[in-house]
Amino acid sequence: MGYFLIRRIFWAIFLFFVATIVTYLIFFVIPSDPAKLIAGRNANAQDVARVARFYHLNIPVWQQYWIFLWNLIHKGSLGTSYITRQSVRWMIGQDAPVTASLVFGGAVFWLSLSIPIGILSALRPRSLMDRASMTFVLIGISAHPVWIGLILSFAIGYKLHLTPIAGYCNFFTGNAGASCSGPIQWAYHMILPWIVFMILFAALYVRLIRANVMETMSEDYVRTARAKGASERRVMIQHVLRNSMLPIVTILGMDIGLALGGAIFTEQIFNLPGLGRQIIQSYSVFDLPVIAGVICFATMAVIVFNFIVDVAYAFLDPRIRLT
Amino acid sequence: MALLEVKDLQTSFRTDDGVVKAVSGVSFELDRGRTLGVVGESGSGKSVTFLSVMGLVEKRNSIVSGSVMFDGRELLGASTSELRKIRGSRIGMIFQDPMTSLNPVKRIGWQLEETVLLHNDVTRKEARKRAIDLLKEVEIPRADQRVDDYPHQFSGGMRQRVMIAMALINNPEVVIADEPTTALDVTTQAQILKLMQRLQEEHEMAIVMITHDLGVVAELADDVLVMYGGRVVEQAKVDDLFVKPEMPYTWGLLGSLPRPNVITTRLEQIPGQPPSLLHPPPGCAFHPRCEFVMNECRVELPELRPSTVGENHEFRCHLDEEARARIWARKRAAMMAEDAA
Repeated sequence: MGYFLIRRIFWAIFLFFVATIVTYLIFFVIPSDPAKLIAGRNANAQDVARVARFYHLNIPVWQQYWIFLWNLIHKGSLGTSYITRQSVRWMIGQDAPVTASLVFGGAVFWLSLSIPIGILSALRPRSLMDRASMTFVLIGISAHPVWIGLILSFAIGYKLHLTPIAGYCNFFTGNAGASCSGPIQWAYHMILPWIVFMILFAALYVRLIRANVMETMSEDYVRTARAKGASERRVMIQHVLRNSMLPIVTILGMDIGLALGGAIFTEQIFNLPGLGRQIIQSYSVFDLPVIAGVICFATMAVIVFNFIVDVAYAFLDPRIRLT
Repeated sequence: MALLEVKDLQTSFRTDDGVVKAVSGVSFELDRGRTLGVVGESGSGKSVTFLSVMGLVEKRNSIVSGSVMFDGRELLGASTSELRKIRGSRIGMIFQDPMTSLNPVKRIGWQLEETVLLHNDVTRKEARKRAIDLLKEVEIPRADQRVDDYPHQFSGGMRQRVMIAMALINNPEVVIADEPTTALDVTTQAQILKLMQRLQEEHEMAIVMITHDLGVVAELADDVLVMYGGRVVEQAKVDDLFVKPEMPYTWGLLGSLPRPNVITTRLEQIPGQPPSLLHPPPGCAFHPRCEFVMNECRVELPELRPSTVGENHEFRCHLDEEARARIWARKRAAMMAEDAA
């Protein structure tokens, strides 16, 4: 376990460097002059030069990157936005809970739909249930999240007035300047985005769970369990489920890690001030510190969730030892 | 009355390519304490026969007919809950591959206890004690510690011992062993067979030994069923079968046994492939591979008929008595000459 942890941490650090370096490089390949953008349209050459000096834009890329790293390690700072002059760390602190609400709530939704459907269609392949879920799966896989989001927002939000069309409310009350807050309002505003997530991911997970459960049911040890006199229900719960969920855990962890980096489409459609929308906005104005900050956060999310998956896996499958 | 009496058992599977007749009219009897050896190649229907007996073939795409009487009760058509009471308690099963027949994520103690708890009204503690006792009985060292290990921590032979312990834990009257030694190396095979012999004497149970190895049959069995293409092609007491095998497939099986005194570069084999059960050959299923094939073999399925040697010795073959006696005498003489050389 100790060796595993050390190796994992080294990997994480390495990945983190790679991700941030790539971000910096891409940004400087794009032909743009951030100093000019920051200084504004009416600034003269002197002002632009002053801005460039202030933001260290006049020194080579690798030195800028070094300053970024130094600030991150030394002060835990991700710098300040070129545009809003706000601390990037503070901005991510504002955005991350929105994305997390979307991803974790969505995961609960898509799992609670796909686990029962996946198991049922595995138990009765080619049944009506199986065929219906396959149709749903096809729609979910083929449809674009923007389309699903807009249709839902139009039909359920605008026409039926059952949910808000878009927008976000904080889970915790007492936020200054917020128009609404509290768990009920939060869930009320999140329900459509969750459903979009559910349709997108449940489609994939139904297929995955169905395939895994069917495969596990043909395992020799399942036949052994039946030969022992176990009921079908017991066979399913004690022998099939845990074994067939092992690969699902891996994929779930990776999906959650990835989605935490920003669910760009869904956040955009429902006007959720999350990381995905933040990164889109920052890209359009070349706000490098914010982009780099969000990417750092996303990298960390992926690394952390991969770690959680590995630990969970070792816990679920005794054959795997973390060494 | 026999403990297990199977009459005209037929099992078919519906597949995308058509109906596969895996078992066509198998009948046999098994008395208490006896050992029945069931021999045949892969795909001869021997495993499916006994999965059908246990009601363990997939119900959705299979058809099973005939009669399976166990201790005076009909098992075919019995309710699942009735079958469940018999499985694992009065009839135990041991499967071929011990590497995959145990649940990899459960401790072996848990898996043994499950079998006890499913059929007995005892506490988990008592079940655990029983599990340890059985592990000791199948000669697993340090049983009281190893009971908490997972299957992957055991070797193949040790896992098969665990499977045997699991099959025996409720003192069944019948143990069906489906090629229990096929996946094991030779020295381990011998140990497992010896263990089963000892346990049979101690537990006074009947054993069905499904195998493709006539050597195993010679060592363990009282009676033999030779199966080919989903049918019984010869059945006899084990001694009678070795004294006078009555049909070409059995001759082939005997000829392909490795013999310690014969040094050859390659073992004898029966030429050709086992028949397709989807499109079985007309007439006798063995005729495409039979070196003594006659015209009527291609048209008409030979009925089971009694042999002149031994009681309840039956076989399927169109060859007449004189021809069979002559061919077997020649084959045996050739084998003995090789043995002596």
